[in-house]
Amino acid sequence: MNPTPNMKTKLGKNVFKPGKERHISIRPGFENDPRLKAAIYACPAGLYSENSKGEVELDIDGCLECGTCRIACGTEVLDWNYPIGGVGVQFRFG
Amino acid sequence: MEKFEVIVVGAGLAGLSAAYALAREGIEVVVIERGDYPGAKNVTGGRLYIQPLQDFLPELWKEAPFERAVTNEIITLLSPDKSLTLRFRSDEFARPPAHSYTVLRGTLDRWLAKKAEEKGTMLVAKNRVDDLLKRDGKVVGVLAGGEELGADVVIACDGALSLLAEKAGLKSPGTSQGYAVGFKEVIEMPSQTIEDRFALKTGEGAAQLFLGDLTKGRFGGGFLYTNRSSLSLGLVIRIKDLAEGNPHKEAPQFLEEFKERPEIAPLIAGGEMVEYSAHLISEAGYANFIRPYADGLLVAGDAAGFSLNVGLTVRGMEFAVASGVLAAQTVKQARDKKDFSAASLSAYQSMLEDSFVLKDLKTFQHAPAFLDNPRLFQHYPQMAGDLLQSLFTIGSRPKQKFSTTIREKITWSEAWEILKDLRKGLKI
Repeated sequence: MNPTPNMKTKLGKNVFKPGKERHISIRPGFENDPRLKAAIYACPAGLYSENSKGEVELDIDGCLECGTCRIACGTEVLDWNYPIGGVGVQFRFG
Repeated sequence: MEKFEVIVVGAGLAGLSAAYALAREGIEVVVIERGDYPGAKNVTGGRLYIQPLQDFLPELWKEAPFERAVTNEIITLLSPDKSLTLRFRSDEFARPPAHSYTVLRGTLDRWLAKKAEEKGTMLVAKNRVDDLLKRDGKVVGVLAGGEELGADVVIACDGALSLLAEKAGLKSPGTSQGYAVGFKEVIEMPSQTIEDRFALKTGEGAAQLFLGDLTKGRFGGGFLYTNRSSLSLGLVIRIKDLAEGNPHKEAPQFLEEFKERPEIAPLIAGGEMVEYSAHLISEAGYANFIRPYADGLLVAGDAAGFSLNVGLTVRGMEFAVASGVLAAQTVKQARDKKDFSAASLSAYQSMLEDSFVLKDLKTFQHAPAFLDNPRLFQHYPQMAGDLLQSLFTIGSRPKQKFSTTIREKITWSEAWEILKDLRKGLKI
């Protein structure tokens, strides 16, 4: 369930500006919520994975800010925002 | 509190078109963009159809930095080990101004922002708008980077997710049934290589859509657009289908497998992948359209749900430009009356209804229901491949008549199913 090895190389081609805060997080207590499973399959950057305890984890590095996880899982389980200004992915081609 | 006449949120095609049209009229407008520059957070497939824009900033599109004029429309049906391609070429599509152009938003949006700035637009990049400022239930500005900024009217052009339309109570969070995600690679290669591989005249381009086994029965398809010296190659898949599809497969894996197909691999061989991006797409058409105005607020572009997939064509950017310009016209009228109430701004809705934006969305309101049919994404592409395989094959045994082969492949019950699907298709 880890991101495909290819994926990190792929995301490495993008320009990302690091920020201090996580702009998306799983709401505390919801790590086992079945609704989170949707993001494992739907996230186009493969940033969601399931750990050995059956909890869903989010690795925010490489987020494309598309909003797919917000739609797939809902805001009850995800605390979702865009990164603050001047932070995150900066598409050069788009 | 600093105050402006108009605050536009988001430097995409809707926001920048609105700003350009406002600034041109001498109206004070500031565009707030969270990316480092206009386009930094924007993604298209993609292509822009130019003719719907003849009434919307026509002077601009003549000099826009487009990639290639699309003269070749290609449709490919994929089954696991076969494919059928239909290629349509038209001189008419090539005649300037061409019918549609491939675009990259990095180039296009920065260029449009410059044009808007030349007319007097103020552009504030690297700033996220966090909330709407409201007084007595009316929108009176925005909160951006901890600062309160006032405005007579705010135009929310903050994209398909539109958190601002949600905050204004015009929209509820989208459903996984109503939205798809598009994700693509930009693959660089020399211009000449693109023209050779796609058999294109100099400067001309191709747009190729793929349907079938690449999404394993999920609602969606693939796309390939030729840019000047790169290809945009990607997939669009409905979020619900990604989440629930059986057997499960992670989104990025679909694209990896697509790239390995013999129909694709030779086209991208030797190219350098330079960017991987993703974007949300509203797929419900007219059903996802929201009331695009409130007291002191207008909503334009993807934020208002303006996108339209009818299978053969997938559109969004023309709607963004047109709705941005119409929002600007609405603001101008409201400013003349000094009335920015919802009642005054509702003129926007009538303008949208009189334009191609809502007319096209309404005309094709049955398209999503027709496209919501797993047979389209798996069965028919497979059937087409199987039928052609049989017709083309010369085997060891004497060949049977074509009509016999066709009758074997398309049984009565199959024909009945096809008729039922066609009937739905005729509503489009």
